[in-house]
Amino acid sequence: MKSDIPEIGRSVPRADAAAKVTGAERYAADYYGEDLLWAAVKRAEVPHGRIRSVETAEAKALPGVVDVLTAADVPGTNRQGIVHKDQPVLCGDKVRHCGDAVALVIAEDRETLRRALSLVRADIEPLPGVFGVDAALAPGAALVHEENPGNVLLKAVIRKGEAAENLTASDVVVEETFEVPVVSHAFLETENGIAWQESDGRIVLVVSTQAPFRDRWEVGSALGIPMDRMRIIAPYLGGAFGGKDGATVQCFLALAARRAGGRPVKMWWDRRESLLAGYKRHAARMVYRLGAKSDGTLQALHCRLYYDTGAYAHLGGEVLALGMEHAGGPYRIPHTLIEGWCVYTNSPVAGAMRGFGVIQVSFAFERMMDILAERLRRDPLELRLQNALRRGDRNCAGVTLTTSTGIASCLETVRRHPLWRDRDAWTAAAAPFKRRGVGVAAVFNAMGYGRGLPDSAIAKVELTEQGGIRVYCGVTDMGQGNATAFFQIAGQILCQESGAIELVQPDTDRTLPSGSASASRTTYTYGNALIRACEELRRRLIGRAALVLLADTTDDLELLPGRVKHLRTGREVPLPGLAAMMSAEDRVCISQFIMPVARDGLDTGREFVIGFPHLLFSYAAHLAYVEADELTGAVEVKQYLAATDGGRVLNPQAYEQQIQGAVAQGIGYALCEEVQLREGRILTPDFATYVIPTAMDVPEIASLAVETCEDSGPYGMKGVGEVGINGPLPAVANALAGACGVRMTSAPITAERLLAAMRTAHSARKGGSS
Amino acid sequence: MTIRFVLNGNAVQIEAPADRRVVDLLREDLGLTGTKEGCGGGECGACTILIDGESRLSCLMLAAQLEGRAVTTIEGMTRDGVLHPVQEAFVRCGAVQCGFCTPGMILSASALLKQRPDAGRLEIRAGLSGNLCRCTGYAKIVDAVEEAAAELRGKKPE
Repeated sequence: MKSDIPEIGRSVPRADAAAKVTGAERYAADYYGEDLLWAAVKRAEVPHGRIRSVETAEAKALPGVVDVLTAADVPGTNRQGIVHKDQPVLCGDKVRHCGDAVALVIAEDRETLRRALSLVRADIEPLPGVFGVDAALAPGAALVHEENPGNVLLKAVIRKGEAAENLTASDVVVEETFEVPVVSHAFLETENGIAWQESDGRIVLVVSTQAPFRDRWEVGSALGIPMDRMRIIAPYLGGAFGGKDGATVQCFLALAARRAGGRPVKMWWDRRESLLAGYKRHAARMVYRLGAKSDGTLQALHCRLYYDTGAYAHLGGEVLALGMEHAGGPYRIPHTLIEGWCVYTNSPVAGAMRGFGVIQVSFAFERMMDILAERLRRDPLELRLQNALRRGDRNCAGVTLTTSTGIASCLETVRRHPLWRDRDAWTAAAAPFKRRGVGVAAVFNAMGYGRGLPDSAIAKVELTEQGGIRVYCGVTDMGQGNATAFFQIAGQILCQESGAIELVQPDTDRTLPSGSASASRTTYTYGNALIRACEELRRRLIGRAALVLLADTTDDLELLPGRVKHLRTGREVPLPGLAAMMSAEDRVCISQFIMPVARDGLDTGREFVIGFPHLLFSYAAHLAYVEADELTGAVEVKQYLAATDGGRVLNPQAYEQQIQGAVAQGIGYALCEEVQLREGRILTPDFATYVIPTAMDVPEIASLAVETCEDSGPYGMKGVGEVGINGPLPAVANALAGACGVRMTSAPITAERLLAAMRTAHSARKGGSS
Repeated sequence: MTIRFVLNGNAVQIEAPADRRVVDLLREDLGLTGTKEGCGGGECGACTILIDGESRLSCLMLAAQLEGRAVTTIEGMTRDGVLHPVQEAFVRCGAVQCGFCTPGMILSASALLKQRPDAGRLEIRAGLSGNLCRCTGYAKIVDAVEEAAAELRGKKPE
């Protein structure tokens, strides 16, 4: 490919694409190393129980087994976790879900490892378990954590105005209860890494992780290893979506490395283990009451949200906080009372996943808007527009919107689109035994960590000795393409061609702490830091070139591909020459950026430790053409439109990638994905039973950018990694309400569920008419 | 046992247990880590390779089955540093995100286009439905395969 300047605003091919299409890119999974050992853990396979003993002698005696560790062998606190440190690395006294680890085995090869695992005998006395939020909150329920009476990780309230009085005073009140299931990230590269101990005792981990810098702290505190005694390298990830935010294999690998005498140790969960022990998205129940005036103006909202965080906290409290903050949708509702409970159960651990708490409530509030529209006989899109948040409004959490707020523009974009205008003709053309409907949804998603901790990135850019540009990325690229945005920012500011720009992926020794790849924040936060670092480097290169070119002012100098040129005389200094003149220290520029936060002095949501409230949001309006089969209940999404306010677009192709990918995952959430559990045991252990969409299940997805300008963003952008996933479930459910006269309140909307709902609706109609 | 086969155009001979999984043989014994493993059970397609030009799942094949065959992995799609038209189109069309499904997807697509050079979007979708992708929503993958198909058809007369 010809080398050119990867400028901002162009569909620059991804910087990582060429290495990925040739198979040359090395993911963590592709690291093996000389004299490799393999490690794996023995899982509890019991949802709740007291450990009587873990017998390891037989396994240890097996030839080829290097070591077998139990809780007694774990130095440090033996507790991992991001905010709440409640998750044992190896369980010693109790197990709280089937995926809990009770022993760590290190062996010469995988066959020996498998045999050794089967020889570890965990004697676990079963305890009564709690499954689902009702059981967890029932009086006298068994306790998942003895120190946590009532199994409540977090109970919180967001209050604005007087919701109760204003619900009573509303002309119309609609009510409904919604449920969403546990789902899995189902990234293709399952959790894995490799670790070894250097001769000076330092531990090096190459791991598939979204948060290498935080890992160092999390692993360090769990195992009592000082942070400077660990180096974490995070190559490109084979997908993550939140599921590699927080330790997965890290603590096990660090433990194993200390027993391996300098040999590398590899751990790679297979798909079953990933589904068993990997993090999940929270199941939730959401009880809604929404009041409006007869002209459609929203008045008051009361909702109660119950999120099932499973056996450990992970980021459960923060997920609930985001769900509560978004519970009222992108609408102006003067009075809100939003109550939330995040509860422990003996189910798999729920943590971060794309749409972090927001995707759940998006189903609820967007179904409520359609139910209200139906009740008021209003056009659902117009009702949304009437109530859409605008800049200057206070949102449902009470935050004043001082930044770009494009939800109305998104809705107007959908309203102008032929798919919206032609919807009646399309639905009327349904074939026999098919029902068609068109649904809309308006959604939003906060960006960044929110108040309570700095959403910070530290960018580092270098003029290399060879005269190239090297960007040291402090935040991982799990596939979303932020590294390419960094590539473009460097190209734009430093005016260098693609071939001259190199990206270093996160490495705690080489790059600087820039937070996790999460919260739709990477391009915004690291990008802002990188702009400043690149601008400084540019000034510096021009300033140093002035010395070489004997320029009496820098005004006549321009940084061009491969050189700095004195425009008045045409004299130039090539960048390698300039680099040779500069010291190593002088060739590096570093800059930190911290995301701005909401300034309102809110007298609510005080229970949240971190992550509430937020200042910046991306918005989207979605439209789904949906067809259902009357005979089988099978649902197909035939066409899809997403209009998204992500601020200015830095790379139209990369932007579409994010929207299309998020919509496809959202369609999976709407129609087929569910980690089915029976008393904490997973009934869907593989891709044959945990079904994610294939190329046959996803329609053509049109993505339109509604370009607001976010003044605080790099070149006016906002993050779009998550917002697109929030729309499909409500849009599809709304379409089915129109198509089949059913009010779907549970996801996923499988053929069985829809068929049952259609039959119920049919007999209700017959009953009503007789 | 000794297994002889042609790998990416070169004859190879390797000692391996007859029941070693081909994906392990490729990745661990031969160092060809471009072949990915996503499920180990034949459900995701990430480990797709070509055996005598047809797509096969290397996680479900055993070493002995390679005897006498011509094997193509993603590393063999590039000739003298020049990308195959399908690879080229994946880069150009934005069909790569995390990239973990990409090698398998490209091999499946090239096998599909060999069998059905005129495949339209729906046929492409059907042909790739054994390869899961969690990032792209498949849209740009279908775009890429469609463009590569057109280019390969154009080249035919040569």
